[in-house]
Amino acid sequence: MQIFPCPFCGPRNETEFHFAGELGKVRPATDEKIAAQDWATYLYAQRNDKGLVREVWIHLTCSELFVMERDSETMKVLGSRSLREDAQ
Amino acid sequence: MTSHRTTRVALIDRSKPLRFSFDGKEYQGYEGDTLASALLANGVRVMGRSFKYHRPRGPWGAWVDDPNAIITVTLNGLSFPNCPATTTPLVEGMRARAVNAWPSATFDIKSGLDVFHRWLSAGFYYKTFMWPNWHLFEPMIRKMAGLGDISRDVPEGYSADQVFDHCEVLVIGGGAAGLAAARAAAEASRGVVLVEDHPVLGGGLHQMAEIEGLAPTDWIAEQVSAITSAGGRILTATTAFGVYDHGLVGLAENGPFGTAPRLHRMRADRIVLATGALDRPITFADNDRPGVIAVDGACEYLARYGVLVGSKIALVSNNSLADAAEVLLAEAGAKVLRLNPHDGPMQALGGKRIKGIAQGAKRHDVDTIIASGGMTPLVHLWRHAGGKLNWCETRQAFLPGAAPDGMVAVGAVNGAFDLDVSLSEARAAGNGKSPDLSPTSYALTPLWPDPGSKGRQWIDFQHDVTLKDVELAARENYVSVEHLKRYTTLGMASDQGKTSNMAGLAAMAAVQGRPLPEVGTTTFRPPFVPVPLEMYHGHHGKQLWHPLKRLALEPQHRAAGAALGEYGGWLRPGWYGKGEAKQLIHQEVLTARGSAGIFDASPLGTIEVMGPDAETFVNFIYYNTIRTLKPGHIRYGFMLTEGGIVLDDGVITRLDQNRFVISCSSSHVDSVRTHLEAWRQDGNNPDRIFVHDQTQHWATVTIAGPKAREILAALALDVDLSAKAFPHMTLQETHFEETPMRIARVSFTGDLSFELSVRCAKAPALWEAIVKAGQALGAAPIGIEALSILRAEKGYIMVGKDTDGETMPHDLGFGVPRLKKSAAFIGDRSLHCDKANATNRKTLVGLSVPMGAPPLATGAHLVDGTPPRSQGYVTSSYESPTLGRPVALGLVENGAARIGETVSVWHLGDIREATICAPCAFDPEGERLHA
Repeated sequence: MQIFPCPFCGPRNETEFHFAGELGKVRPATDEKIAAQDWATYLYAQRNDKGLVREVWIHLTCSELFVMERDSETMKVLGSRSLREDAQ
Repeated sequence: MTSHRTTRVALIDRSKPLRFSFDGKEYQGYEGDTLASALLANGVRVMGRSFKYHRPRGPWGAWVDDPNAIITVTLNGLSFPNCPATTTPLVEGMRARAVNAWPSATFDIKSGLDVFHRWLSAGFYYKTFMWPNWHLFEPMIRKMAGLGDISRDVPEGYSADQVFDHCEVLVIGGGAAGLAAARAAAEASRGVVLVEDHPVLGGGLHQMAEIEGLAPTDWIAEQVSAITSAGGRILTATTAFGVYDHGLVGLAENGPFGTAPRLHRMRADRIVLATGALDRPITFADNDRPGVIAVDGACEYLARYGVLVGSKIALVSNNSLADAAEVLLAEAGAKVLRLNPHDGPMQALGGKRIKGIAQGAKRHDVDTIIASGGMTPLVHLWRHAGGKLNWCETRQAFLPGAAPDGMVAVGAVNGAFDLDVSLSEARAAGNGKSPDLSPTSYALTPLWPDPGSKGRQWIDFQHDVTLKDVELAARENYVSVEHLKRYTTLGMASDQGKTSNMAGLAAMAAVQGRPLPEVGTTTFRPPFVPVPLEMYHGHHGKQLWHPLKRLALEPQHRAAGAALGEYGGWLRPGWYGKGEAKQLIHQEVLTARGSAGIFDASPLGTIEVMGPDAETFVNFIYYNTIRTLKPGHIRYGFMLTEGGIVLDDGVITRLDQNRFVISCSSSHVDSVRTHLEAWRQDGNNPDRIFVHDQTQHWATVTIAGPKAREILAALALDVDLSAKAFPHMTLQETHFEETPMRIARVSFTGDLSFELSVRCAKAPALWEAIVKAGQALGAAPIGIEALSILRAEKGYIMVGKDTDGETMPHDLGFGVPRLKKSAAFIGDRSLHCDKANATNRKTLVGLSVPMGAPPLATGAHLVDGTPPRSQGYVTSSYESPTLGRPVALGLVENGAARIGETVSVWHLGDIREATICAPCAFDPEGERLHA
């Protein structure tokens, strides 16, 4: 069982978290015309990188989303920041 | 006399004799025995039959490494299958039976199978029973194979405690190295936990005469006292069975026999692995006979239980550790004959009883063979944690290489077979250092299986895999160890290859002429020993797994005779009253249609969305246009996923310019709240929107039916209830007993309906006032079962029941926003993909059946063609007391365009006819709704 650091609550069991997406995914402006291919890429294509990844997770017990950096190969967690901090 | 009890001082309590039986015969052992040691003490060496050939088997090892002696134990009327005899503590009154043998291990009726061994090689079943169909033979073959039968009785109170724990240093293994490491760490003021899987600490020390000038038991006692007085904790009879992500170690703490082990989820800053090493078998002809025992196993039986495994013992070993074993066994009275395995090919002679050993032309008359082909360090946990292994040529073994984070290996697992080296490594590790590989006095000559040599030579005892099977696998190109394992099932038995893996991969290396380390090992996976599933389950059941949400009005419902049940995570009234449920439910439906039903709708979501950006936000969240909703007005709408699939439906109310209330489905509150939070925080400015789930703070009582207005009027609220002043889909805010109250005119039944929401504290007063006013007009409380019928009559859907993972809003007849809404919303683009535009989409329809026919089965499929192909299915189906006929909803391909068509409905082999109709079967004009 992994331990994830919620930036608001501290280190907690992985069962309290849900994966919310890879960081950096931008929703296409759907009030304009979007090619089916681009929309499908937005919906389904994941980088699924091996090694360092930056992801958005939600801590279900406090409902806060945050950015977590981890190594998808070694499962090491490298750090986490709130979305606000990360945006700065 | 083969195996027998000696007078040697051991760890058993000879003042406490215990009676037990095995395969129907009575025996006696002592407190401190295992089943295996007690049987050996009674001269019983056949303890089971092998998996495939039903060969007689006896214990090879004395502890977790034994693959052979598998027993079903009955104690106090309950039976526990597949207990390893070598680790099962003896208990007074145990009735043990060998598994896979009938009538007994000694006389097994299926032993004749062994004659056919020539045809029963690896892959035999798969190759032979291919025609016409493997599944035809599978049940019979499975019945013949396998181990013990699972008991149908669940032991009462068989539930595992689960503990979360933490320590600075976790020492795994309570032998000399583990004790020394734990003491050093504890005395350096580190928080230490030491775990040992035996009930008694000391590991192999009990075989020794002295350690550091003390008798082993005294030395152990001294370490224990030093560890505990420095604040360390010691857990015996506790197996570290796995290392998981982020250094989590699973510990199974065994209690008395028949109880579930306690699970410790231990997190340690540092782990010292002192798990020791095992003897590996020597591969020679008939090396699986009962009475062929590990050298270390034989010494352990003597040292721990005072049991000498034989009187005339052939000791076959390729390594220097055999010298001490020879002395130990000889001192206990055995005649020991040393044989060098390199002197020629060997064969065990005899069947159920060893009669001798042949080597080349020579024949030695012995009753027992003890063997060691070298030591195999127990690196399982090291590999679980991601540590690397290095092949050590000197020791002919895989030793811990590059370490996983925070783990260090000491003692025999690290190849330190000399006690002094082991102790100094352990003490260094206890003080935070990582020892390098030390020089060793341990010496051995490489000894591996010899492919092509004569006789049946066992590699995997429990799964009956022989050297010839490995050769066959190599011939058929299953040369990767992972393929070898799966093709031959080598190492896949419940002992997980503790004795067989090294021999198996060495055999493969020899067949292919490759160096052994190049062949590599299979993956080591937890658990190290079998553990009951109950341990993972623990108390995670029922209320402790998923606590029911409780209604503020539960006492009132109980007083009214409600049949409470779980609906969407809430404990809710299904119906009211005693008697036949169906009748009561139908009466409630008729009451609601005739007068009014009073319904506790509190579980409906009450999620407030507030802030300057709230309007834009909900307009984006909803499929429907919400921007144009006026304060005090309500709109029905859908939330979609980005894939365009319906996530939830419900009404949204605008309280004022910047404040909305989302009323989502009762069972979707948590998912909707998370959905809203995700979009609020990621993609919007979270400072300008606030989402507040108030579901648990409000109680909602709904009055639905033609008399609803009259009933509500009796409450004398300060609200004009006329249809003109208070039309359908609007909201009024007022007060009830001086606290805020919201009245929403929305309907889930198709009748005039008011939803009254107050603070939970005021719910009982409101409920009682309404029930009292209602009674005078023939209204009564109704449960959720009646509501389900009422809404189905009207064709109102329940998301998740009448929709599935492909349903889009235009499939439900709500196509306008898809075509007209100009602002962006979640899922918008997906509603215009090829699949969304397809003409054969499953859409919501009603289904009617001929007069007098019973209701359709929910889940029944609408079929066409040969063979029948599903074109949709029934999602809701009820007998409608209002209409006096069944009503049903379904999702059917292109259904909306097929109204009036007759279709075939398949259910469990029967086919019936039904007619596609509009979903709404009751008051399609909506006159009652707007009354």
